[in-house]
Amino acid sequence: MNVLAVLIPVSLILGGVGLAAFVWSMRASQYEDLEGARHRVLSDDHDDRPLP
Amino acid sequence: MSGACACGGLAAEMPGASAPAADARPDIALHLPTIHCASCIATAERTLADVPGVISARVNMGLKRALIVTDGSVAADALCARLEAAGLPAQPLDLARLGKPGDAEMRALLMRLGIAGFAMMNVMLLSVAVWSGAADATRSLFQLLSAAISVPAIAYSARPFFAGAVRSLRAGRLSMDVPIALAIALATLMSLAEALWGAGHAWFEAALSLTFFLLAGRALDLATRRAARSAAAELAALDVGTATRLGRDGPETVPSAELRVGDRVRVLPGQRLPADGRIVEGETDLDRSALTGETAPVAAAPGDDVAAGETNLTGALVVEVTSAGQDTRLARLTALVAVAESARSRYTSLADRAGGVYAPLVHILAAVAFVAWWWIAGDAWYALAIAIAVLIITCPCALGLAVPAVSVAASGRLFRRGLLLTTSTALERLAEVDTVVFDKTGTLTTGTPRIADAPDGPELAIARALAEGSGHPAAGALVRHARAAGVEAATVSDRREVPGRGVEGTWRGQTVRLGRAAWTGGEDDGRSAMWLRIGTETPLRFGLEETLRPGAAEAVAALRAAGCDVALLSGDGRLAVEDVAARTGIAEAEAGLAPEDKLARLEALAAEGRRVLMVGDGLNDTAALSAAHAAIAPGSGLDAARSAADAVLMAEDLSVVAEAVTIARRARTRMRQNLWLAAAYNAIAIPVALVGAATPLIAALAMSTSSVTVSLNAMRLGR
Repeated sequence: MNVLAVLIPVSLILGGVGLAAFVWSMRASQYEDLEGARHRVLSDDHDDRPLP
Repeated sequence: MSGACACGGLAAEMPGASAPAADARPDIALHLPTIHCASCIATAERTLADVPGVISARVNMGLKRALIVTDGSVAADALCARLEAAGLPAQPLDLARLGKPGDAEMRALLMRLGIAGFAMMNVMLLSVAVWSGAADATRSLFQLLSAAISVPAIAYSARPFFAGAVRSLRAGRLSMDVPIALAIALATLMSLAEALWGAGHAWFEAALSLTFFLLAGRALDLATRRAARSAAAELAALDVGTATRLGRDGPETVPSAELRVGDRVRVLPGQRLPADGRIVEGETDLDRSALTGETAPVAAAPGDDVAAGETNLTGALVVEVTSAGQDTRLARLTALVAVAESARSRYTSLADRAGGVYAPLVHILAAVAFVAWWWIAGDAWYALAIAIAVLIITCPCALGLAVPAVSVAASGRLFRRGLLLTTSTALERLAEVDTVVFDKTGTLTTGTPRIADAPDGPELAIARALAEGSGHPAAGALVRHARAAGVEAATVSDRREVPGRGVEGTWRGQTVRLGRAAWTGGEDDGRSAMWLRIGTETPLRFGLEETLRPGAAEAVAALRAAGCDVALLSGDGRLAVEDVAARTGIAEAEAGLAPEDKLARLEALAAEGRRVLMVGDGLNDTAALSAAHAAIAPGSGLDAARSAADAVLMAEDLSVVAEAVTIARRARTRMRQNLWLAAAYNAIAIPVALVGAATPLIAALAMSTSSVTVSLNAMRLGR
């Protein structure tokens, strides 16, 4: 069962990465305008301004 | 860009990039009703950013709105004009009425939901190992790890339930939050004790999934209410009332709320009157339909009283304000409605009723299990474990999802058809409706008349020449009719509009007049008509009728088919009302009703035990709207009517009203089904828990299957 010593930290770290990504996406207002984001991806004007 | 250097081009393209605009508050909001594609977004943002004084502009396509940060030197109207020139119609929104842009409540809830979901998945993985037979050191390691993840996650995620439970206990009530908070807290504490010292079951994943599913229910609930609230706020924000005040230094534009008694305001044709007052200069026709339901415009001359909410049609007026702001008749009636509305807010929803039965039942069952097992086994710790298992299994996980999931599906479907529910119990009350009362003007009809019968040939050409350029709705109808018939305007000189009477001109040396019967020598038979007199000939009649809203007759027929009685209550004259009733197929119609009469009719219907749905748009309907069991107002109606209603009709088509009733009925059936489904799962699981055979595995299975079943059942409605 020594493999657990590796697997458990790995699974926790991977989960933690996912959680961190989720927390970041909430903080950065990524879900504010899903409709617009769907269309913006087609636009050639690159746009990295945050939402006012 | 060929002549400019690269950095100059970059700066012109992104004016907001270098300025500290990221955290600046937007000070102008615009409504962009037609925005629909990637190039619309790009055009709007580029057009706005090119205006000097604009620091940054960002379009939110979901809300069809642009938020603009400026340095204070640009007016919203100027931005609208720029956008319109670029092919995008825009209207300014009142930011104060719009409320704050980002909803902190929703974001916090989603964050809690995400944390609970993350923790649930990880703990569930660890628990599967325990259930499949991990023993000794592995088992206790896994349980300790679960505890290390669960305790902070629950402390953070389940806080709304703990806070809600404390609030309701302080108020001396037993809400659903109490058993929920109790189950989560007890399960966590007991599992912690088991993980540290004991060898019994740990219920961490049960506590977490309970938190997760209940938070999901809350988030759905909040999402529906928020969508409705923000759309309603947007309608109100579009209604920015301004007035042209004639001050000492000439005319100035001020918000209607800032007008004072004694001010003089100019009201141009087509504008709504900003305050109550008396006409000082000018003659006109006034459209009072928003206040009284009468379609025929009323002539007004200096010395006549006018009221806020009326629309000026034909001539420019100067009005001396006699009461403004909160003292106008419009504002006083609106305030009355707000008081009357509380009656409807006492309605108890299906979820509240189910919760009212459920919360005490859960506590009683858990207490009985605890006492009985203590008495049987003589072991308080063992009895507590069983009581907690009962509490967890009976906890209304599916119950928390049963109603919100259906509401989301049903209101989403209605929203796509153009009906916006603005109160949380609207759906359930719409489902109970058995009588539907319509208003006429602005509801069944669009408020713009059309020509029913008219002479054609040269007479129509003369009439078109006279009617063109007049702001009177009847003249507009005549022009549309002539254009459709392919009749060009004749040459008429010396055209002159006489407000309150009609239009006069000279055609081949003869005086021609188009207007009211009394002025042209026509015979007034009470029906709506215009008359054309050429020289001294017998006047010709142009009959007018009201334009029905699309889908009006279909809505009436569909409501009948759904088993509802349909009636028409109007403030307009008898002939006009009978005409519309006949064309829409409504048998029961009453005319000439004052607002109080409408209210009395509705109260009489309610006293008979009828559940009435009122559909109306004007101030004369607002009292009736708020007295009705459920109410719908068209989006074109007065602000007062919209805020008295449960649902706002954003689409032109009236057939959605019938659909709303049928969808609401199906939604209610679905909610009932869901509540029974949730109860059925409990009926199976409770005996198992009571005899002490419940394991965390059974709890996890019961909880997730019931939640998923209930959500799937709700989603069938959304199609």
